[in-house]
Amino acid sequence: MLYLYDGSLDVPSILKEWYEAEAKSNYGAYIPFVGTVRSEDDIDGLSFDIYEPILEKWFNEWQDKAKEKGAVIKMAHSRGDVMLHESSYIAAVFSPKRRVALEFIDEFVEDFKASAPIWKYDLKNGERVYALDRSTAIKGSGILK
Amino acid sequence: MVKVEFLGPIQKEPLELEITNINELAKILQDDKEMAEWLENSAVAVNDTLISTKDFVLKDGDKVALLPPVCGG
Repeated sequence: MLYLYDGSLDVPSILKEWYEAEAKSNYGAYIPFVGTVRSEDDIDGLSFDIYEPILEKWFNEWQDKAKEKGAVIKMAHSRGDVMLHESSYIAAVFSPKRRVALEFIDEFVEDFKASAPIWKYDLKNGERVYALDRSTAIKGSGILK
Repeated sequence: MVKVEFLGPIQKEPLELEITNINELAKILQDDKEMAEWLENSAVAVNDTLISTKDFVLKDGDKVALLPPVCGG
């Protein structure tokens, strides 16, 4: 399940909604990761562009992998502006036993950072500046050069 | 006709081109100096699937997208 929101995420309500949706699904583990915008380099916040068709494909491939292990992944992400100390990203894995969820959340979040078609911008002095130095080229980039 | 879209921070309007493979697109974009940096670090998708070769054959109605470096979360 992939959920995209305009602006910051309402963390308590999303975590509660996910918990309640799976409370009786017989999962022994629910492991959420919550990403929060930190104050650094004098930014006012972050802003995001998302290319949804490829994000959905990428997410569905991960969901299939999770399903093979009896687990389920949920992910929420912001579009547009998210200010300091607000959340732009939540991922969670539910699984029958803890080990699968602990390993999946690690692999999933790492691949998310490297592959998900989302672009980050710093909001600073009224400008929206692409965070190139913190971005990762998708595997296989550069075939047009 | 093949539609080419430039995603995220690439400030370029979509193109509609009569091309039959990705190599022809590469040649067209290499002539655009403002695209040089993006050609180095962007991935390419055809009809929303990432591809890994310049020899990829395109057909009428295909949609090509350039995806620059990403940073979600």
